[in-house]
Amino acid sequence: MAQKKWPETWQEVTPGCMIFEGGNSREYHTGSWRAQRPVWDNAKCIKCGICYIFCPEACVKEDAQGYFAADLDYCKGCGICAHECWPGAITMVEEG
Amino acid sequence: MSKRIGMEIALATAEAVALCRPDVIAAYPITPNTHIPEHLSDIVAEGRLDAEFICVESEHSAMSACAGASGTGARAFTATSSQGLLYMYEVLGIVSSMRLPVVMAIGNRAISGPINIWNDHSDIMTMRDLGWLSLFAANGQEAVDMMIQSFKIAEDAAVQLPINVNLDGFQLTHMVEALFLPDEKEVDRFLPRRKPYAALHPDHPVTMGALGMPDIFTEATKARDQALVDSRTVILKVWKEWEKQFGRRYEPIEAYKTKGADVVMLTMGSMGETAEIAVDELRRDGVPVGLLKLKLWRPFPFEEMKKAVRGVKTLIVTDRCCSLGGPGGPLAAEVRSALYAEAARPAIENALIGLGGRDVTVDDFKQMFRQAGKSKGIYEFYGVRG
Repeated sequence: MAQKKWPETWQEVTPGCMIFEGGNSREYHTGSWRAQRPVWDNAKCIKCGICYIFCPEACVKEDAQGYFAADLDYCKGCGICAHECWPGAITMVEEG
Repeated sequence: MSKRIGMEIALATAEAVALCRPDVIAAYPITPNTHIPEHLSDIVAEGRLDAEFICVESEHSAMSACAGASGTGARAFTATSSQGLLYMYEVLGIVSSMRLPVVMAIGNRAISGPINIWNDHSDIMTMRDLGWLSLFAANGQEAVDMMIQSFKIAEDAAVQLPINVNLDGFQLTHMVEALFLPDEKEVDRFLPRRKPYAALHPDHPVTMGALGMPDIFTEATKARDQALVDSRTVILKVWKEWEKQFGRRYEPIEAYKTKGADVVMLTMGSMGETAEIAVDELRRDGVPVGLLKLKLWRPFPFEEMKKAVRGVKTLIVTDRCCSLGGPGGPLAAEVRSALYAEAARPAIENALIGLGGRDVTVDDFKQMFRQAGKSKGIYEFYGVRG
């Protein structure tokens, strides 16, 4: 049986709304907030990793070849990676 | 054995806190509470108390440090007044929502302006809705006793909430009073070590203070409110234990000569002591008056209030604070709410008195008793010039 994400009733709320299991922010898909998505042009990418460093959601990941991409389950489309990418390899594209 | 001593109440309050063996004290000085943390810092420096005394840069930091310390399972204490309380305001609701049993002494002082360092209750009244338990001391003995009771109440497994003990600034904080100070053994017997519901530790990860979105906020708020309502049982239990061990009785509303009284006055804090003398003198002249002293402000003692005013014709509620542009004093507003649904209830008059440190004398209380029934409007500034 899948574990409940939220307490159904006020009686189930833990004192102080404390959470005793780690890593459960993974269950909250902030990608649904996104209006624009970052798209990488690997021809321009120099693999510096500045997008990876600056992503406030820590959802930019490096692949086996050393290129980068955002995990769209969590990418909010803030555009910081595109702003910081000085070779101009990242473009923000409207979500359809 | 308790020792009977003559001591400034702020210092005695600090001695009482030290007897409770706090692990962390974080405070920033502000008149008139200053002597409490100042004396505690002396006690720590003298090696009489093994605690971390953090000299923070502001009250916001003081409460934040207490929150962090309490989160690790430590026993944390702070004290403040007036503008200092307002400066820590942002953190007050966080501490109660995270169910951290921080204990705070408030040397009650008016909120400026005009700038004023003297006593009234406008500071504590700003935080009445933030989920803290709240006690009011009428004298130094009560301040000392409530300080020790507070740790036990706040840390009870069924409570786990922060608590403040209110002492009128100057009228209590700077008064030298003869009082009983319990000794270490007695306090150790009364107050066990804290057993936290959860504590921040790398080996046992726990998230405190997570985001609560619209789909959980109502339930979280209901749970918080219920925790305060339910804390009443523990407060009464702890007061019974206190009475049994130390012989001094505490109740949410203390009645003084209310039997057969037509007119009854309700006070919070040190004014109750002066009002007692007025009641004695009027009773001697055959005037049937009585006094109620509220000691438990949060959770508000609705049932006790209904019971206390049964048969009373006129109830004069004194407020040392004005809810500007509102219904008069906060205490009167709550008493009116408590009694609204009662078939038989007294006429309620609300006197705003003792604002910003103005003295309220025995004669003032006698005059208020004599004027009962003549109040115009729902509240009055007693003794206002003009």
